[in-house]
Amino acid sequence: MALLSKKDANLILDPLADNNPITIQVLGICSALAITAELKASVVMALSVLFVLGAGNVVISLLRNVIPSKIRIIVQLVVVATLVIIVDQVLKAFAYELSKTLSVFVGLIITNCIIMGRFEAFALGNGPWKSFLDGIGNALGYGVILVIIGFFRELLGSGTLFGFPVLGDPVTKTGLYALGYENNGFMIIPPAALIVVGIVIWVQRSRNRTLIEEA
Amino acid sequence: MNTEKNSYTVIFAVIMVVIVGSILAFLATGLKPRIDENERFEKQQNILYAMGVNQNEGDGSVTFIPTNEVEAEFSKYIKKQMVVQGNTATEKADAYLIDLKNQIAQIKAGNNAELPLLVGEKDGKEFYIIPMYGKGLWDAIWGFISLDENMVVQGVYFDHKGETPGLGANIKQRFFMDDFQGESILDGNRYAGIGVVKGNNDPLNEDKEDNEVDALAGATITGNGVTAMIKESLKLYKPYLETIRKK
Repeated sequence: MALLSKKDANLILDPLADNNPITIQVLGICSALAITAELKASVVMALSVLFVLGAGNVVISLLRNVIPSKIRIIVQLVVVATLVIIVDQVLKAFAYELSKTLSVFVGLIITNCIIMGRFEAFALGNGPWKSFLDGIGNALGYGVILVIIGFFRELLGSGTLFGFPVLGDPVTKTGLYALGYENNGFMIIPPAALIVVGIVIWVQRSRNRTLIEEA
Repeated sequence: MNTEKNSYTVIFAVIMVVIVGSILAFLATGLKPRIDENERFEKQQNILYAMGVNQNEGDGSVTFIPTNEVEAEFSKYIKKQMVVQGNTATEKADAYLIDLKNQIAQIKAGNNAELPLLVGEKDGKEFYIIPMYGKGLWDAIWGFISLDENMVVQGVYFDHKGETPGLGANIKQRFFMDDFQGESILDGNRYAGIGVVKGNNDPLNEDKEDNEVDALAGATITGNGVTAMIKESLKLYKPYLETIRKK
């Protein structure tokens, strides 16, 4: 017996490719811009969103029949904010080092439109298990793109991956730099992220032409 | 149940706020002692780092004294904790816990301030460690700088609240902080500090008398913040530093 029914599996797989929150729905672009200069930051952000979106979707889904529709957006905000603060506080007490890396992202998680978008579009109308899968799927789809952008920006902009030099030392001119290669400073500033996202969108749509919107 | 009624909406909102508020308040009070202790250890680690007591290996990583040893190491290396007022310094227990930010606010308000200064000793050599506080591009930056009696920098530690990862956030990386070692903060008799500058044609930082270190590409405002922060701190401590200066 399969672990997940085909429908459930699609909840996770769709956002990874043909319904990706960043490249297809164009949500969460702001954080994709802000924190992808380094691969490590991309991974940390992806994991944080994975937790918050997975847990938040379940909470909203459990409450979906009692939330008054007039204030549902406020309720969603409260749920996200509470989850993020709980994570932040617990990490500060028990994993202080990690919490320092994460603290920069706390504000960015709360304002991430993917989270509110999934609450509104999915969790309010579906059961907790399905909502959980949807949350995980969308967070993974978001994370994949973040890691791709982070990979190229850090590699081309700083010549490192996860902070380790992979192309040699730019100051003492070893490795690739001995051949005259230079880091592209443009890659570490935010506009470069948009260009990388653009290229990813282009590649994805030329591989699957049904994704191209009618003009 | 009719969830569209106004009375229901109001009751729901009230209950939600009470529940969420109690969860967060309960959590915050419960965890506060642990968080405070973590912050205290971190400060000790940062101070020790600035005077060169750390476990750095190789040339890439910043490694502090481990949290479970830092308290013992701190009392071993830090010989005197003082507060500075003008050109006099008086000993005060746990002076390192004084928040420089509040003291700067006191000075701005025209009140007396107690500026913390620590004297450390390592291998028979004295280190004067002063805290710094300033602003970067997005938020606060702070750190510690340790000087010898000739006003030559022995080490620095910088940290920040929210500088851009990969750009301004690199002020806490080894390659940036190590550049400050050996730089003099004096230019003749003037407390010039150390400028973070672009294009000084000294990327390997071989000139230690130029009061300059090489800037971080793409982080101009954070770098200017570091320059200003060092200058501001020296201004506050100058009257006292004059009394210990030998050169």
